[in-house]
Order: sequence, then structure tokens, then C-alpha cells
Amino acid sequence: MKAAPFDYVRPASLVEACALLAVDEDARLIAGGQTLVPMLAMRLARPARLIDILRLPELAGVRVEAGAVVVGATTRQAQAERDPVIRASVPMLSRVLPWVGHPPTRNRGTIGGSIANADPSAEIPLVAVTLGAEIMLATGQGPILVAADDFIIGPMQTTIGQGDCISAIRFPVWPHNRIGTGFFEISARRSDFALVAAAAQVALDEEDRCIDVALGVGGVGDRPLRLDVSSLKGTKLDTASVSDAVNSASLELEAASDLHASAAYRRRVAVTLGIRALEQARADAAAKSRESAR
Amino acid sequence: MKVELRINGASRVADLEPRKTLLDALRENFLLNGAHAGCEHGVCGACTVLLDGAPVRSCLMFAVQADGYEITTIEGLSPAPGELSVIQDAFCETHGLQCGYCTPGMILSAHALLQNTATPTREDIAEAISGNICRCTGYGQIIEAVQFAADRLRKANTPHHGAAHEATAEHDAPVQGVLEAADADQPGADPQ
Repeated sequence: MKAAPFDYVRPASLVEACALLAVDEDARLIAGGQTLVPMLAMRLARPARLIDILRLPELAGVRVEAGAVVVGATTRQAQAERDPVIRASVPMLSRVLPWVGHPPTRNRGTIGGSIANADPSAEIPLVAVTLGAEIMLATGQGPILVAADDFIIGPMQTTIGQGDCISAIRFPVWPHNRIGTGFFEISARRSDFALVAAAAQVALDEEDRCIDVALGVGGVGDRPLRLDVSSLKGTKLDTASVSDAVNSASLELEAASDLHASAAYRRRVAVTLGIRALEQARADAAAKSRESAR
Repeated sequence: MKVELRINGASRVADLEPRKTLLDALRENFLLNGAHAGCEHGVCGACTVLLDGAPVRSCLMFAVQADGYEITTIEGLSPAPGELSVIQDAFCETHGLQCGYCTPGMILSAHALLQNTATPTREDIAEAISGNICRCTGYGQIIEAVQFAADRLRKANTPHHGAAHEATAEHDAPVQGVLEAADADQPGADPQ
């Protein structure tokens, strides 16, 4: 349980980090290290060099842009959990963060690291895909933006290129006032990998009618999946409509079977948790005052 | 690689391989054996230390990454040689440990919680120690220990004069949640 030997460098800038990474295919980036270090300890990964980006100022901090909140890649999960801007503007992220690992791993683990790792059952990639976030990449050719749904292509697989580094995640902020979120997951123990997770966000108008809705499921397929429940717009999110929408959106859901759960179980649980997440989101939004909705 | 670390308020220097975890450096280079090596891949929490007051797993970071932080190990909690902190003492009083392997990690997690929360709920405590595995106690007595410690710490911060002191002195035992050993053995014993 000891890592194989490696070189350790701590570049002074993001440009330098990308340059170091681009010329060395045996190099890996390390930030919080909460997934990489266990892999090193078990020697599932044996990079020749670790490039530590955790303290790069370019990657830190949470900032507000037009219609979006940009979360720096090295923002610690624990920091994001407490961040008032994220709580107010990306409530789905605040809601799922207590489910990510444990307090000690959230104190080190980063938002960008979880996206880069692209675990199909992880909560942060699920939020990114469900909300349609964009991944900001620093590359040798300059910064680029990739939709989270295009970036994550399979289990622990992303489209990131050699020499690229995630610099931030751009979460869209819904313009509505009455927004609610819901999240449920099933795992063997709290904070273990989710067998199935579902995250929902809804916006209601003054008459409690749904203006906008997003639903995603994690742990079901080989990457987080957004379900199309746009038929719910204009409804009051009554039980029958929600159930119909989630059931029909899940027909095409490709579920994976493994030691822990069968594909049929995952699909069934995805539907149930999807319905619960939407109902929780509706109740959450409905509790917000109509006054502020004007 | 030469590394300078701040550990329990003192500057310590060592020449380390980059692959050496903070845990191994604490134990082997600085002879601070209170951080325990359990699973060594971030599952058990026996290696928990505080970085700038926040609990982290010392097996999940390399010592070369730990410069610039205030590192606190269980050795750093003791107020004086041979003395126990309030939380350590509470673990002894409520039998919050058996084999003791998880205990330093549990106490540091509890310490971080009680630094920020004077009146933690049972859920707060369970969440704070959720990353620390104990295979002996069944957690009940650990939660009681943290409640007991919180209770004592609150009283330690109460001004010690007049009636307030008299009133609290009667309750030097925990207000609730802790059974006498004999009561705990009775079937259906209720801690309330």
C-alpha cells in the first residue's frame, strides 16, 4: 500500500503546468488527491511525475458571471458546500455535496478533480450534466469550453487531451426566483458509491406551474445521464404527470449490471428516485415565497 | 526532497521521498505515532490529522504537499505532558474506546467539530465521525463521549460565579445520553 516512486513538481502557473503535462505522457496532475492517491497506493496508477496544481491561484475561487457561477477547479468540496454564492445560485450543487465522501475527504477533494475523474456514480459530475454545466479547459492552444455532457464519455473517461487541465466549471444559473432542488441516492452505506442517484431542479411560477425542469440520474449507466422531462413544463408537477414523464424518459435508459446491482434493479430505482427527486424539488420551490417571484 | 512542516506548533524539517505520505512521515520521521496506519487508502480514518484545523486523511496526501499548513496530530491536543484534553478525557469516562486504534482519528474529528459547534446534535456528531471506522464500540459510546465533551466544554466557558456555577455544578455528569455501566446492561435501558 505504498506508491511507486515518482517525481513531484509544483509549477508556479497554469501555463507551466500544462506545458509540463504536454511533454510527458507519464505525468499526472494532482490536486486534492482523494481519488488519485488511493490509486497510487494500490499501484493502479504509476505516474512517473506528479504535477501539483492545488495551489495555483488561477484555479481557485468562485465567481459570478452573466447567467453563470464559475467554480474554480481546485475549490475544495467542503468550501463549495459552505459557499453562499453556490448555495444561492447553484442550489443543486449545495444539496449534493454532503453526499460526496466524508468531511475529511471533502476538506481535500476538489470540484474539478471529481469532474476529471468522471466516476459514473459521483454526485458532482451528475450535477454538471443535469444542469448543463460547461467545463473550462486550459490547453496549449488557449482556453476552451466543453459541455459536461460531451466531456464525460464513459466510466472514468473524458475527452480531455494530453496537456489539458480543467480550470473551472461553469454552472448555469436559472433566472427564475422560485427554484427548488431534490436529490436522492441509494448506496450500501451513506457516502459509499451510489448504486443509483437522481438529482432534480425545478422552477415554478406564481401559480405553482413548472417553468423549467431538469432531471439527471447517476450510477445507472456508464456516465451521468440527463433525462428529458421537458413535457412537465406548464404542468403543476402533479404526481401523475411526474410519474408519466419519468417513466417515459427512462424507457431508453441504458443501465449497467455489476456485482452490486442488476440493470433491471438500477432502472427501476432510477425511476423511483427520479420521481422522488422531482417531488422534493417541487416542494422545495413551492416553499419559496411568491412575493419574490415577481 | 527537503520539506519543512509545521507540526503541533513547531517547525520540523526532513528530507523525504515525494512518495512518502504525510502519515508515514509523521510516524517514521517525526516519531508521532498517534496517527495510525489503518487501510492506507483513505477508507478507515485512523490516520486523521488536522490541517489548519480541518480533519483530513494523512494517508491521502504526500508529506511534500503539506508545507504551509498548521498540522495538528493527537499529540498536539494534550494540554501538557501526561495530561488529557477534555475530549480525550471524555472518551475515557464514557468508554468511547476499546482497542484504541480508531481513537486518535475519532478524537481529532470530534475536536474539529467542537471547535466550530458548541451544541452539536447527534446527527452533527454522526456526520463528523462518519469518515472514521470503529470496529469495537458500535459508535454509541463514541457519540456519548463527544456529547459529554461538548457538555463539559460549554460549562468550561460558563462564568464561574454565583448561582450559575452552583446550578451547573450539580450536573457535572452528562445531562443526558450516558448510562451508568450497570444500567446499560439492563435490557430496555433508555439513555433518556
